[in-house]
Amino acid sequence: MRTKPSIWNRLFIGLVFLFLYAPIFVLIVFSFNASNSRSIWAGFSLHWYVELFQDQQILDALYTTLAVSLLAALIATVAGTFSAIGFYNMRRRWRTPLMTINNIPMVNADIVTGVSLCLFFVAAFGLWEQAASWLNDTLGTALPERLYLGFGTMLIAHIMFNIPYVILSVMPKLRQMDKNLVDAAQDLGCTWMQAFWKVVVPEIKPGIVNGLLIAFTMSVDDFVISYFTAGSSTANLAMRIYAMTKKRISPEVNAVSTLLFVAVLTLLIIINVREARQEKAEARRASL
Amino acid sequence: MAKELIRLSDCFVQFDDDIILDHLNLYINDHEFLTLLGPSGCGKTTTLRLIGGFLKPTSGDIFFDGVRINDVPPHKRAVNTVFQKYALFPHLNVFENIAFGLRIPRTDSSGKKKVRLPEEEIRGRVLEMLEIVNLKGFEKRSISSLSGGQQQRVSIARALVNEPKVLLLDEPLGALDLRLRKDMQNELKRIQQQMGITFIYVTHDQEEALAMSDTVVVMDGGKIQQIGTPEDIYNEPKNAFVADFIGESNIIDGIMRADQVVEIFNRRFQCLDKGFQKDEAVDVVIRPEDVDIVPEDQGQLRGTVTSVTFKGMQYDIIVDFYGFKWLIQTTDFCPVGSHIGIKIDPDGFHVMKKSQYSGLFGDYSSYSEEYEEISDVDYDPEAEEDQEGGHEE
Repeated sequence: MRTKPSIWNRLFIGLVFLFLYAPIFVLIVFSFNASNSRSIWAGFSLHWYVELFQDQQILDALYTTLAVSLLAALIATVAGTFSAIGFYNMRRRWRTPLMTINNIPMVNADIVTGVSLCLFFVAAFGLWEQAASWLNDTLGTALPERLYLGFGTMLIAHIMFNIPYVILSVMPKLRQMDKNLVDAAQDLGCTWMQAFWKVVVPEIKPGIVNGLLIAFTMSVDDFVISYFTAGSSTANLAMRIYAMTKKRISPEVNAVSTLLFVAVLTLLIIINVREARQEKAEARRASL
Repeated sequence: MAKELIRLSDCFVQFDDDIILDHLNLYINDHEFLTLLGPSGCGKTTTLRLIGGFLKPTSGDIFFDGVRINDVPPHKRAVNTVFQKYALFPHLNVFENIAFGLRIPRTDSSGKKKVRLPEEEIRGRVLEMLEIVNLKGFEKRSISSLSGGQQQRVSIARALVNEPKVLLLDEPLGALDLRLRKDMQNELKRIQQQMGITFIYVTHDQEEALAMSDTVVVMDGGKIQQIGTPEDIYNEPKNAFVADFIGESNIIDGIMRADQVVEIFNRRFQCLDKGFQKDEAVDVVIRPEDVDIVPEDQGQLRGTVTSVTFKGMQYDIIVDFYGFKWLIQTTDFCPVGSHIGIKIDPDGFHVMKKSQYSGLFGDYSSYSEEYEEISDVDYDPEAEEDQEGGHEE
């Protein structure tokens, strides 16, 4: 029997949610404040949002965020899907330890991932500089010798941290698939690639789409790893917001943060609804 | 008349340290219904996968119509497979599942151009196939709405519509209930005769094998134990394994005293077997239905009934002869504890050479448990899958 929650239970839950959401609530409310005070309410206004879309730096950051997230999510999805298939076809002896290695970057502190990627890129640039100057000298090519952190390095970093999430969301779909399906398709005349497109992709599509959405979300709201890999000339929204808080804080920060919050929240809702639907469909299939 | 179609020559398959197929030699004739029969892990599915092209032998060769096909991938082989648990494509309906193979563009006879079949031809062939497997009107149905038996028919139609020279069937009836299994056995036999193609059928069910096959290949431990017609296999088993696996058998240690004279329990009996050495130790098979029960004083051997099971058609009784328990099938009721005599005609004995299986089978002392095992041969699809699944290329 379920008992009705007591008043204390309700109060406790209420406090938990208050602590969790009060800061965000304040942020959102003050993004609509007519004055630029961060403590006194002066009436409703969309002033800061209008301001936002006239701020070239913010528009640039928005563009960077969208471009990096889209590209990183797409590339990571392709790479992650094929990796998952590789893992799936491995012998269990190898698969289990390799899947564990795959999961480590997800729990690794972002700051460690960010710093190590930054150091890695710098080291790689050093090697490249030697190689390029040697090539330029001996072959007369005109390769750029100096490389810098920027959009490209940030993109590579995002692809890297997205891949494990894609693998993790595709893997269960592969496991649910009847493993004779690929054999059956090949038996009926498909090459491996044809079998992949005609049979495997339709079967694991829900996992691939979820992986894509998760990757995109992770990219949109990433700050730490981007901060260490984007260099000084490129910034995504999260980095832009951070930079804005260093100067005199304008309520523009509230507005742009609100937009980011809403965007990520929407994506998370979509992902969760999709997963819930798939579970339902799965349960229906199993009960047949 | 019979033309050889497939030959496996000295095929050896090894995963890690496990020998799955031990230098297997086998040929299969055109238009033949051949069954690979054996317990799980005997190598029967592996043999099928070699022919289907899903596995390459560690050593040895596979020939199809005289051409070596070791390196020909599955999609270029003139065989199609009906998979265990069907492996139908869940995202396609019945029609599209069957049409799947027809929609793959093929290189034409000149080997240059890729050709697609015209839509009307695909439609015609799929509908014709649906009729053959008795699923007319099912083309729009989704796979998940079909029963096991219907899915089975779709999977047969999906393979046959490509007009393969050989159809490979991997335990296709394993997931169906007994009644449906019997119906499908007849249906498969009818389809095979109607289409006039070779069927290679894998099963662990000896009854199924005897009922459907032209040729039965009994396998164990990666080796062929015996090849023959169902009658041969049943009446003239080569060793204790085959005798035990096919039907019920009492297997007794005996000595061949002379041609057509065998000695068991220190008594000599007339039999039909000859060609053994004088005084050679042998295994003697006596089928439970070849034993006649007579009054105790008229019997060649005397024993005590220790258990009786009513089976409808007959009673299965266990009789203790000098400490060795026999299974006897009889229509006469003999109560537990009664003393009976038995008579066996000369053609009731089958004498076999001693083999590695001697002494392992054919004693019914632990009757009840063993009976369970025999009627439900230790079949565990998961175990077999695990064993083979982990080793796929």
